[in-house]
Amino acid sequence: MRYLLLTFAALALVLTGCRGMESEDPPVHLNQDMDFQERYDAQEENPFFADNAAMRKPVSGTVARGLLRENNALYTGRTDDGVLVETTPISVSEAVVQRGKERYDIYCSVCHGLAGDGQGIIMTGDYGYTPAPTFHADRLRNEEPDGHFYDVITNGIRSMPGYASQIAVRDRWAIVTYIRALQRSQNASEGDLPESALVEIEQGQSANITVE
Amino acid sequence: MAQIFPKKANLLPLLTLGASAFGFVIAVFLVWYYFSPEFTDVGYRPEQPVEFSHEFHAGQLDMDCRYCHNWVEEASHSNVPATQTCMNCHNQIKTESPKLAPVRESWADDVPIQWVKVHHLPDYARFSHASHVDAGVGCETCHGRIDQMEVVAQSEPLSMGWCLECHRQPELYLRPTDEVTTMGYVQPADFVDRNLEKVRREGIRPPTNCSACHY
Repeated sequence: MRYLLLTFAALALVLTGCRGMESEDPPVHLNQDMDFQERYDAQEENPFFADNAAMRKPVSGTVARGLLRENNALYTGRTDDGVLVETTPISVSEAVVQRGKERYDIYCSVCHGLAGDGQGIIMTGDYGYTPAPTFHADRLRNEEPDGHFYDVITNGIRSMPGYASQIAVRDRWAIVTYIRALQRSQNASEGDLPESALVEIEQGQSANITVE
Repeated sequence: MAQIFPKKANLLPLLTLGASAFGFVIAVFLVWYYFSPEFTDVGYRPEQPVEFSHEFHAGQLDMDCRYCHNWVEEASHSNVPATQTCMNCHNQIKTESPKLAPVRESWADDVPIQWVKVHHLPDYARFSHASHVDAGVGCETCHGRIDQMEVVAQSEPLSMGWCLECHRQPELYLRPTDEVTTMGYVQPADFVDRNLEKVRREGIRPPTNCSACHY
């Protein structure tokens, strides 16, 4: 009887000790018939090519259907004469700015900071990256057109790499609108506030300002 | 004439019965335990060609998941970032680090890094990241606390039974769509009601038929 109990205890120990244990061995699948099929999915390995990549780069200069990109202002941030556009070519609504905020916080805030002051975690963490400029400098706020920001996001500038492969075109413009909103936020005057908000502030309350 | 079976042979039927009952229980338990994806799949933690730490990039640097896995909201396949994404920062940060040598080589030679896929669904089951992320399934629900993983390990079984659990009762797992990439998200007390309302409002109808995934 004692042996039986011991066996039970040992069994229980063995059985419950292994589940979810980390291992470098690939999962055991008894039937492998169609787990790895004779085709290539995105980002899979294809030993046929020298770089072992199944995904091939398109020949430069080719145009896919529906992606002609004939609107220069939208896709390059420049007019047909090659001049940076003054204002965003997409129509701006609050939803666009909110989308821009979301995208900015994902891709830009890492270096440029949530407030656009160039104090992102990469900068404050002292990792040795070239310092990001603040968006609230006079040059970026007053002198550069919207197209400049779009152009920098797309192609990069000096030490900053381009983000064309990570951020879609319309999202890049949305980010531009949000950067403009950030710049405005740091340089707002009393006159920018609606009457009702001013009253609330005078009464010592925090004002909840909605954008028209 | 001597008896063929001695008296203690009376125990034999009892022992046989007991052993087979015990054996049956053990067999059921063994199959249930060892053949389940919780045992076979969970915890798969292959060695990667680069010692990439999610714990540092997503945890300590608090980068959003979508910085690198940027097509997760649009595409079925959530991409592994290209070498270019690594070089966004590592063209200036830790440029001499031997750990990053494979990344620099990949950048110089234009040859992709051979990452090892951890979460591999069989090729006959189709999965779309976009349709889940846009409906409000958090990264954490299926991939675990990635921001605490030095090396990524599979934390959920990704078995069909596990998928269907959520497709039958999505309100237990959904979260607000803008919290999808939040790690360590805590559901509010009334989250089931909120999610039921979300399911109704957004018309989320998780399919439980074959054609949804198996075509």
